[in-house]
Amino acid sequence: MSPTPPMPSMDSTSSIMQGTTDNGLLAPWPDEDGAPFWEFAARGELRVQGCADCHRLRFPPRPCCPHCQSFGSEWRRMTGRGRIWSYAVPHPPLLPAYAELAPYNVVVVELAEAPHIRLVGNVVTASDAPLDSVDPALLRIGAPVRVAFAELAGGVTVPRWLLERP
Amino acid sequence: MAALKDTTAIAGIGQTPFARRLPSSEKTLACQAILAALDDAGIPPSQVDAFASYTMEETDEVEIAKAIGAGDVTFFAKAGYGGGGSCATVAHLAAAIATGQATVGVAWRSRKRGSGPRPWRNTTAQLPTPAQWTRPYGLLRPVDEIAVLARRYMHEYGATRDHFCNVALACRNRAHQNPAAVMHDRPLTREAYMDARWISEPLCLFDNCLETDGALACVVVPADRARDCRHPPVYVHSAAQGLPAQHHGMVNYWNDDPLTGPSWTAARHLWKTADFGPEDVDVAQIYDAFTPLIPLSLEGYGFCGRGEGAAFTEGGALEPGGRLPLNTAGGGLSEAYVHGFNLINEGVRQLRGHSTAQVPGATTCLVTAGEGVPTSALLLRS
Repeated sequence: MSPTPPMPSMDSTSSIMQGTTDNGLLAPWPDEDGAPFWEFAARGELRVQGCADCHRLRFPPRPCCPHCQSFGSEWRRMTGRGRIWSYAVPHPPLLPAYAELAPYNVVVVELAEAPHIRLVGNVVTASDAPLDSVDPALLRIGAPVRVAFAELAGGVTVPRWLLERP
Repeated sequence: MAALKDTTAIAGIGQTPFARRLPSSEKTLACQAILAALDDAGIPPSQVDAFASYTMEETDEVEIAKAIGAGDVTFFAKAGYGGGGSCATVAHLAAAIATGQATVGVAWRSRKRGSGPRPWRNTTAQLPTPAQWTRPYGLLRPVDEIAVLARRYMHEYGATRDHFCNVALACRNRAHQNPAAVMHDRPLTREAYMDARWISEPLCLFDNCLETDGALACVVVPADRARDCRHPPVYVHSAAQGLPAQHHGMVNYWNDDPLTGPSWTAARHLWKTADFGPEDVDVAQIYDAFTPLIPLSLEGYGFCGRGEGAAFTEGGALEPGGRLPLNTAGGGLSEAYVHGFNLINEGVRQLRGHSTAQVPGATTCLVTAGEGVPTSALLLRS
């Protein structure tokens, strides 16, 4: 287990709070509980909230532990390895920036070290490749993936996923 | 402890026409549906003393009560979670009436989804928690959220598009019998379903409900009063809401078992207080915003085992004469999508013997609200 680094602060006026990025794709809109996830992502680290007392992981982040009710939390670093749990391939009608990329994939990835922790994301050919860069026919449930971090146009960093065996 | 069972009944139902676009306002439509329901019951509006609605409803008690000429109102409640709250309106009125808080309750729904905007386009409202984890990746619409669960369901249990098509066809075939249905004159074939454009793979156009303008209402009164009304009483036999432990709404990807949703929780309570079980249900009105919600709900409400919901739809089981005739007015898929309230009214018609696709001798009906969000359900009996 990695030690928990100092809790990052969330500047409510930063670009991450603006809702959309320059290219029209939506940026994450963090709440108080979720803000550390995005700050760590900006450093290229995939971290998940865990309980500081009973040490069980939980996602999405929330104020207290549903198992032991502790308000203490730690942000544990994940290896970034996972498997596709399921996926959808959206087609229009969509918001304009997404309609331009459709059909694209949206995957739910279960993390290798914590399969009950699942992250929604996109499988792409490279961290900075567009959402439609992988042929949906190449996707299958169970396929191993690894995380890569993409900086969106608005200066916001989100995790994306690369196929281990493209 | 005061019991709910059969102590209240639905005495009146009313609705407006359904269409992609109606000229009247939501408030006008709501008043029309409510007054029609009161007239159906033979109860003057001045005797209404309770109201119940559910969120994503734009009209409110103050406006409705003064418009229809209600009397002094002593109970009003609003259930959450949009389509998950439809049956909760009747449940809340039944609980209020059974405990003496009111005597004539009105539940209603008025929507202009056909001519109005789609809720998912409002990113300011949609993007905060929990959407920070989903929307940026292009998981934008309810259909995308359900498509992820649907593909996992197909993977785990061998469900196919043919199974989802069984649901779409059953609803469309019933709409074909119902002149009030939006899709009354629009037959659907399996071939057309398979050739339809994708909306979010693995779901196509016909896996999605309609978008409809329209309003509905029903009137809930004490059982002994219902027996003096114009139609035979339809008793509220059992009612339940369901918010499962560690549930996450439409994006229920983050618990140990995402493929068991709110239906399972509501069902456990529903059957616990009922005199009969799933095998005794004559006809079902199951919330069908998307076809995969039907096999999931069939499992949740105990009509079949875990993973057997898709296979249950085979062999005409959802058609007249089948094991469980489904959504006999056409449902949200083919009658009207008014957040499931049309399922309540059709349940009442079945138990009065007045459905356009009447199940002979039907005396029991399950009505459900949306699976996939915190939900509610009713067992009705004649």
